[in-house]
Amino acid sequence: MTNSENLLEIRDLKVYFEVKGGILKRTVGHVKAVDGVNLSIKRGEILGLVGESGCGKTTVGRALLRLIPATEGTVYFNNQNIFKLKPSELKPLRSQMQLVFQDPYSSLDPRSRVGDIVGEGLRVHGVSNRGERHQRVLEALRMVGLQEHHMRRFPHEFSGGQRQRIGIARALVLNPSFIVCDEPVSALDVSIQSQVLNLLKDLQQTLDLTLLFIAHDMSVVEHLCNRVAVMYLGKIVEVADREELFRNPQHPYTQALMSAIPIADPKIKRQRIILQGDPPSPLNPPPGCRFHTRCQEVIDICSQVIPEQIDLGNQHFCACHRRQPVQEAATS
Amino acid sequence: MAALKDTNRQNKQPADDQPLLEVTDLRTYFFTREGTVKAVDGVSLTVKRGEIRGIVGESGCGKSMTAMSILRLVDKPGKIVSGEILFKGKNLLENSTREMTALRGKQISIIFQEPKSSLNPVLKVGSQLLEVLRIHQGSKRKINRDEAVSLLRDVGIPDPQMRVSNYPHEMSGGMAQRVMIAMGMACEPDLLIADEPTTALDVTIQAQVLDLIRNLRDEYGMAVMLITHNMGIVAEMADIVTVMYAGTAVEEARTDDLFEAPLHPYTQGLIASIPVMGKVKDRLEVIPGMVPSLIDMPPGCRFAPRCVARVKHQLQQCEVEEPHMIEAKPNHYVRCWLYESEES
Repeated sequence: MTNSENLLEIRDLKVYFEVKGGILKRTVGHVKAVDGVNLSIKRGEILGLVGESGCGKTTVGRALLRLIPATEGTVYFNNQNIFKLKPSELKPLRSQMQLVFQDPYSSLDPRSRVGDIVGEGLRVHGVSNRGERHQRVLEALRMVGLQEHHMRRFPHEFSGGQRQRIGIARALVLNPSFIVCDEPVSALDVSIQSQVLNLLKDLQQTLDLTLLFIAHDMSVVEHLCNRVAVMYLGKIVEVADREELFRNPQHPYTQALMSAIPIADPKIKRQRIILQGDPPSPLNPPPGCRFHTRCQEVIDICSQVIPEQIDLGNQHFCACHRRQPVQEAATS
Repeated sequence: MAALKDTNRQNKQPADDQPLLEVTDLRTYFFTREGTVKAVDGVSLTVKRGEIRGIVGESGCGKSMTAMSILRLVDKPGKIVSGEILFKGKNLLENSTREMTALRGKQISIIFQEPKSSLNPVLKVGSQLLEVLRIHQGSKRKINRDEAVSLLRDVGIPDPQMRVSNYPHEMSGGMAQRVMIAMGMACEPDLLIADEPTTALDVTIQAQVLDLIRNLRDEYGMAVMLITHNMGIVAEMADIVTVMYAGTAVEEARTDDLFEAPLHPYTQGLIASIPVMGKVKDRLEVIPGMVPSLIDMPPGCRFAPRCVARVKHQLQQCEVEEPHMIEAKPNHYVRCWLYESEES
C-alpha cells in the first residue's frame, strides 16, 4: 500500500476554504489554499517545504496534522490513514506528531509558567504523576539548552530565541517521531536564528526525528534540509534532493525564487530573473499551469492544461510543460 | 519624475566631493520611567550624492532611530540629546519646524517597512500622491491626475490609469510599496531613506522593489540610505556599509571590503552565522548570548560580553573603556580594541 521507507504520505491533498458573501452568507467561492498535493516524507529526513506567502505551505502542515479539515485526499502516517481515524483513535497519534509555530510570542500562553506550558501535553496524554512530569519537562528543556530554574518563569521573561526553544521543548516532551516546524526562525534575529537552526539540526540527529520544515527562505532550507519541495499557489511545482535542486533547479518558478534571494557575498555574481507582477489570488487561480501568468518560458499549452509532475530522474520531479521526462528506455 | 523631467537635474548636482549628509556623534535617548534608553549613542556617518549607504544591524540596534533622528521625527519621550546632522552643509538640528516640514518629502524622503500601514486607508492612492506635490509646490499650482499616473508608471505599476483611483486595500504589498516609493520620489529628493523597505514582502516581490530602487538611483542620481537587517540585501545593493550594534556604529567599509575581510568580531560573527545559498556548511557559526538591554549597557565595548576575540586575545581594556572608531585599513573603520591596541 505505502512504501515502508516513508513515515508520511500525502496523496492528492486538497484544502478549500469557503468564502461567504451577501446578506444570506452563502458560499460564493472557494479559496483553494491547497489543491492536489502529493508528497512523501521519509523516515529520519528533514523535508523543506518552501514557497511565498499564501502558497498554502502552512495549510499543508496543519491539514496533515488534522488541525484543519482537509477537503479531499488522504494522509498515511505509519501506514495508517489518519483522515479515517475517529477522534479517540487519533489521540494516541497526536503525541507522535507535533508542531512548532512561527511566532514565539503569540504561541506561548503569557499567563502560564514555562513548566506548565511544556508539561501540558504530558497531562493531556495521561502522565498523571507529578514527579514524572517534572522530570520529563526538565529533560526536554535541557535538550533545548534551558535550565531547571526556567520552569518557574513566565514567557515574557524570555527573549525571542529562548521562547522558540520553549516552543521546541513543548514539541519534544512527548517523544514524537514527526515534527512540523512552521517557519520556526523567521521571526528571529540573524544571530539568534543560527542558534535555533543548529539546535534543530542536532535534535533531529540525536533523536532521529523526521521534520517537515516549512519556510520561505531558500538559504535556510538549503542549510537544514535533505530534500526540498517548492510550492506555488496550492501546488507542488518541484521536488528533489537538496544538492540536486540547488545545483539544477528545473521549474522556472524555482529558478526565479533562487535568483531572487539576496546573497551575502558581493563576489557571487548571478544571472538575475526578476518576475513580473504579483502571485494571482488563490480565490481565482489561473487555468492551466498556475505559474504561467508570470513565467518567462510560457507557451500556449501552459494556459490550458495543468502540468503533471514528471520524473526527471535522480529523484527529481517537476511539474512543467517545458521539461521532458527521463527516457523510459532507462528503466526497461 | 517623468512629469518633472524637464527640470534640469544636472544643475542640482555640483561636482564637489562635499558629502550630501554628514551625521556626527548623534545621540538619541528615550527618557522612560525605567531609565534612559540610549537608542542611538554616538553614530557618525556620511552619505555622498548618488551612493547607496547600507546600514545593517539586528533589531534594537538603533538603525531606524538614526533615520528618524535625521528627519527629526523623534517623539517624546525620545530626544536628540547631542550631535550634528549636516545636510548640504546646514545643520538640521538648528532648523525650525517649518523649515523641517519644507524639507521632508522634498529633499529627504523616507519609506517604511509596512507599506500598507503607511498609506491612508480611506484615501485613493492618487490623491495621497498628489498631496506631496500640493504641499511642496504650492496649493495654487494646478495639479492633475495625469501627473499621479505618470508617477505611478515610473515606479513600474502596471495599468497606472486604473490604479490611480484604487484604495490601498485594493493593492498588494509590493504594489503599495511602489506607491510609497512614488510618493517619496515625487519631488525628486536628494536623499531617499529606505527603512527595511522589503522586509514585509515576499522574495520575488522584494527583488522587484530592490531593482526599482537601484534603477531610480541610477536614473536620478539620488542618494539612498538603505536600512536593513538582511546581510544579503546589503551585499547586493550597498556601495558602502555601516554595521550597527546596540546603538553605535561598530564598523564601516566599502561593501566588497566588508564582506571580503570583516574586522569587527560582531561583523565577523554576523557574516558567519547566516546560511549562504550555494555554500553549505555543516554548522553555522553562533554569536553566544544576546544583545544587551539599551538601558543597562555594559561599560566599555558593548559587544565585549559576547565577544570571542576578547577572550582569545585576552584583552583587558574591552570591559573597561569603550574603543574608538579608527581607520584600521584605508577607508575601513572599526570600533574595536583589537585594532586600536595594535596601533599604539
